[in-house]
Amino acid sequence: MSETLIKIRGLKFSRGDRVIFDNVDMDIPRTGITAIMGPSGTGKTTLLKLIGGQLTPDAGTIEVDGQNVHQLKTRALYALRKRMGMLFQSGALLTDLSVFENVAYPIREHTKLNESMVRQLVLLKLNAVGLRGAMDLSPAELSGGMARRVAMARAIALDPMMIMYDEPFTGQDPISMGVLVKLIKSLNDALNVCSIVVSHDVYETMSIANYVYIISAGTVVEHGAPDEIRNSHSEWTKQFMEGLADGPVPFHFDAPPLLDDLFAGSGKRRA
Amino acid sequence: MIYLLDRGKDVLNAQLDRIQGLGRSTLAALSRLGRANVFLIDVLVGLTGMLIRPGLLIKQLFSVGVQTLVIIVVAGLFVGMVMALQAYYALVDFGAEDSVSVMVVLSLLRELGPVITALLFAGRAGSALTAEIGLMKATEQLSGMEMMAVNPIERVVAPRFLAGVISMPLLAAIFSAVGVLGGYLVAVELLGLDAGAFWSQAQSKVELFEDLGNGMIKSLVFGFVVSWIAVFEGYDCIPTSEGLGQATTRTVVYGSLAILVLDFVLTALMFSK
Amino acid sequence: MNTRTLELLVGLFVAAGLAALFMLAMSVSNLASFGGDDGYVIKARFDNIGGLKVRSPVAASGVRIGRVSDISYDLEGFEALVTMSIDPQYNVFPIDSSASILTSGLLGEQYIGLEPGAEEEFLVAGSEIDITQSALVLEEIIGQFIYSKADEE
Repeated sequence: MSETLIKIRGLKFSRGDRVIFDNVDMDIPRTGITAIMGPSGTGKTTLLKLIGGQLTPDAGTIEVDGQNVHQLKTRALYALRKRMGMLFQSGALLTDLSVFENVAYPIREHTKLNESMVRQLVLLKLNAVGLRGAMDLSPAELSGGMARRVAMARAIALDPMMIMYDEPFTGQDPISMGVLVKLIKSLNDALNVCSIVVSHDVYETMSIANYVYIISAGTVVEHGAPDEIRNSHSEWTKQFMEGLADGPVPFHFDAPPLLDDLFAGSGKRRA
Repeated sequence: MIYLLDRGKDVLNAQLDRIQGLGRSTLAALSRLGRANVFLIDVLVGLTGMLIRPGLLIKQLFSVGVQTLVIIVVAGLFVGMVMALQAYYALVDFGAEDSVSVMVVLSLLRELGPVITALLFAGRAGSALTAEIGLMKATEQLSGMEMMAVNPIERVVAPRFLAGVISMPLLAAIFSAVGVLGGYLVAVELLGLDAGAFWSQAQSKVELFEDLGNGMIKSLVFGFVVSWIAVFEGYDCIPTSEGLGQATTRTVVYGSLAILVLDFVLTALMFSK
Repeated sequence: MNTRTLELLVGLFVAAGLAALFMLAMSVSNLASFGGDDGYVIKARFDNIGGLKVRSPVAASGVRIGRVSDISYDLEGFEALVTMSIDPQYNVFPIDSSASILTSGLLGEQYIGLEPGAEEEFLVAGSEIDITQSALVLEEIIGQFIYSKADEE
């Protein structure tokens, strides 16, 4: 395992009364693909937003490249974000700009390159995701998988040191899923960056990850190389990896016995 | 006995719940107000970005101002025509029908121009602003910008806000001007009043600063408040289709109420001596 | 839509807004009569000015030729002293012209009507009109009417 890029210590975060993270520690290496997996609603996306400094934790620290994200001034935080790429679940392309302009956007914002340089860069990035031919389309004309690939091209536009993928495989057909898996892998290898993949698609994620964190109920349940996870003895991990309906995570949401509820009286809700 | 005690407890609990709910919604409203003000300061700071990127402003002036123009012109024409007709029937009994133009022009400049323009603006452009920003939030475009180290308040919200503030007085002026023309059409062309009397009566009674100036100040204030409400509701909305719908409705409702209340306050400040 | 058209339309919009403002200022408000400040100033004393106000028009034969620029009370003669500014092109009013406070219509506003005299000498800046007629006060007229009716009987 190489040098640590992101160091999370004692992270606590809650929304209203709901605790999302309770004392989470993580180390994410500078190179390679780190997968963060867990059931829906465990705050995986929240974790990425915490790393990106869009949310502030209740306690604990997140250090990215030696800088404590949440103590940075706006200017320094923005400087740090320029070195982060993030791929949102929906792609988050700017709908009023064409595909080309979307990829060019961060370049135009943060560099003073002339138009022909911008064009060259954008074409290279779009070529890397195989969508150079779609550069004149508008985001509304793209399929979900293509939108994500464009968003990938945009995320790598400024050659970041890390790329965060938020649920990159959700809702994709097998072909575009395969394309995305291959792309994440090949981009990571070509750019030699830190890739963080947040997902609950076990099979695809495990096939490319170098290291895996499994989180549930606000804590890290298990972490290790994919093989270690596969051979885990933890009941919980087994249930998650194999997708069993019942196990440590019960099929039934917490409720009083069925008979009690059925005869609890007419029209009256439980307090 | 125990049953009665239980019932008493239930009633008491229900009351406590209600009081709790009241407190919660009061706190929520207050914190929303606080957020709105912090947000306004952010937007005002973000306005400096307009200096480097006038293109963003022009684009928004188009969608906020130009696209509202047609409804403003049509509304202004008919409001002016109706005013002239009403004023004529009211004044002709006193033989004062020459004052039709005074009545039309004064009510347009002081009240109808700024207020109706602002109400139409809230319905047409304000709701569109809210929906647009809310949709950008729902589709993570705002988050995406933040992660690209671009401040969405400066880049998305500030141009829309400024465009609203600039457009409103211009739209109100166009509304009033078209309204006066509508009044002229009815009074002179239809009812046969003297054209010279129409203009000279207005000129002798309408004060440049008192009436036109104060009307413009009103619409500037309305533009500020309606645009503020519109962009805030969009930025603060719950990013779901339902939340978006509610936010759009709130823009129109709060915007219209704010216009009417502010109109009273401003009128009291300006025209009472 | 390309940027050029967009800019053009926005430019048109802003120009239309400013033109509307300009039209309102010029044709319906009294901006046009602001130019009267370079006119010459004459004075007149009245027993009673009624509802005359600063900025009320000054007219001759119904044509507006100036406006009232100041109204004060003269403690020596116990009269109202009205200063009016007459537009410079109307500079040939005889010195024995008379000024009366009139009402436009039954309920209209009050204005000063100038009636030209016959002298060869003209009113100049600072001149004072000697022959004046005060405003008609409706109550006084009604009072007089009632007394005269009473006398008849």
